[in-house]
Amino acid sequence: MAKNLRGTHQIVTANRLSDGVVVFFTRSGDWSPDFNDAVVADDPAAAETLLPRARGAATATVEPYLVAVELVDGAPVPVSMRERIRVGGLTFPVLAAGASRYA
Amino acid sequence: MPDSYFYRYDAHDRALVAERVAQFRDQVARRLSGDLTEEQFKPLRLTNGLYLQLHAYMLRVAIPYGTLTSGQLRALAGIARRFDRGYGHFTTRQNLQFNWIRLEDAPDILEALAAVDMHAMQTSGNCIRNVTADHFAGAAGDEVEDPRIWAEIVRQWSTLHPEFSFLPRKFKIAVTGSPRDRAAVRVHDIGLRLHRDPAGAVGFEVIVGGGLGRTPMIGKTLRDFLPREDLLAYLEATLRVYNRYGRRDNLYKARIKILVHEIGAERMRGEVDAEFHALRGTALRLPDEVIDAIARQFAAPALAARPARSEDVERLRARDRAFARWLAANVTPHRVPGYAIVTAALKQLGAPPGDASATQMDAVADLADRHSSGEVRVSHEQNLILPWVPLDDLQALWRALDALGFADPVAGRIGDIVACPGLDYCALANARSIPLAQRLSLRFGDAARQQEIGELKVRISGCINACGHHHVGHIGILGVDRNGTELYQISLGGDPEAGSTAIGEILGPALTEERTIEAIEAMVDLYLATRVAGERFVDTYRRLGADPYKEKVYGHRA
Repeated sequence: MAKNLRGTHQIVTANRLSDGVVVFFTRSGDWSPDFNDAVVADDPAAAETLLPRARGAATATVEPYLVAVELVDGAPVPVSMRERIRVGGLTFPVLAAGASRYA
Repeated sequence: MPDSYFYRYDAHDRALVAERVAQFRDQVARRLSGDLTEEQFKPLRLTNGLYLQLHAYMLRVAIPYGTLTSGQLRALAGIARRFDRGYGHFTTRQNLQFNWIRLEDAPDILEALAAVDMHAMQTSGNCIRNVTADHFAGAAGDEVEDPRIWAEIVRQWSTLHPEFSFLPRKFKIAVTGSPRDRAAVRVHDIGLRLHRDPAGAVGFEVIVGGGLGRTPMIGKTLRDFLPREDLLAYLEATLRVYNRYGRRDNLYKARIKILVHEIGAERMRGEVDAEFHALRGTALRLPDEVIDAIARQFAAPALAARPARSEDVERLRARDRAFARWLAANVTPHRVPGYAIVTAALKQLGAPPGDASATQMDAVADLADRHSSGEVRVSHEQNLILPWVPLDDLQALWRALDALGFADPVAGRIGDIVACPGLDYCALANARSIPLAQRLSLRFGDAARQQEIGELKVRISGCINACGHHHVGHIGILGVDRNGTELYQISLGGDPEAGSTAIGEILGPALTEERTIEAIEAMVDLYLATRVAGERFVDTYRRLGADPYKEKVYGHRA
């Protein structure tokens, strides 16, 4: 499970307790399913304080952890494929090629 | 609706499952209210088959020995529709996984399962997992005895067995009742192969210490012939030895295969025999009347006498090439004249292997009622099986399955790809499996070419845990992560069947997805150019050795 690749920046993610949905720790100290709401730590010291803050606010989430991201055109992008999939969802169409028959 | 040839829950079974649902409902409520921490709750949810994956909770439902009534399949469809995103994934252990489950809904789902005599217990954790068996059980022409009888006896013995609920590691048992092994018994913690001794008595070859995963091993035969009545005593003895000596200090060395490897088969046999002699003849002895009572539950449905040959089928076979191809690949001879075993291949061109929508599940349940005495099987190759089909029904069934996308003539062929969920879903995976399976399916989609290639088992795993059984694929593919890049390591020559079981040999350095597909194309071309009459892909590989394949793929003899 390669989720701790090096990146220039870090965010904190977890899964929501009630339904498992992927959530991100936000600037306001809450959790959001929108990746764009994630607060980005731009140096190791900031990341070190970010994770304990997130854990302190994690009563309705499961196992928060840091994720390495890089800024692409100013926007954070997870470094690892695993985390890109968690952000973007399945990488294939669930429906088969003959989708009309796969109701 | 069938009634007589399935094991039916008795009052004890129902009470046990109902109690477990009530317990879990309370545990979930306490977790959601914050009374339980995740650390406290995690083992409780896992013991009920509820995992947390990348995007959601995943519930793994046990399908004992892969046998479903049409009513149970409809219930699974209903759960998919009501609680999931409208589909489910049939696994390589004959189970079903729902990938988009809410924790809040899990107790209601378990209650819906209990209503049709199903549950999700022992689909996780270090216990004896769901017992698997030959998916053609009871219908195969070469069968010595129906393995489901024995899988059910083992299920009853192992369910919530207090001594074996905290083993060093998970424990998987498979049973086959035929000389042709369709249950991969040599790559399970314990494999049981029913056969006859020279006097004609039926008993078990007991194979211990096989497995895939990080350290693949072929099991060793501890007993050539174990009398039927001694099965549970011998299993209990084996599990006791494992429980006592299996390693708990190292997760990667905790499976029984490592114990057997480290102490050797001879000492393992001696240790098990010592326990067995103490247990033999105790309450674990299986008297004939107990065996017979279970066996009666699996009596074949009342099949009307039919001609051994269907003229309608033969006429259509002669004039319709697509039907002929489907017959050749997906229809297997039955032990009863006038009937056939049909594989509904969940391998529609470009589809995720093993996935079925709620609509498709409902439709297969209807087809089972109409054409297969209301019974469906799940194969470890991620297909559904209709085991009791009259030959005269084949044409109608073929058309109906085709309308569902389940009639591609791929069974046992390159299009019959087995793949784990991979990194798209799984928290353990290193690489994606399904997109590669889809691309391979499309690349080799031409039915005529598949027929020309013949039997070729492709198995894809997204990590070394090997849920996609890549070690025993004729072509095995293991997804790896190299510094953030997905690559695929090819192995050749694996074989799951007892008698020829083999662990595939790694061909060379891992390749990108694109190059993996090109490599398989090149190796298939090599096979077609060099095979001799009657050789399957794996036979040609065994004859030629790895060098020509390495040269094709890497341009040199790596």
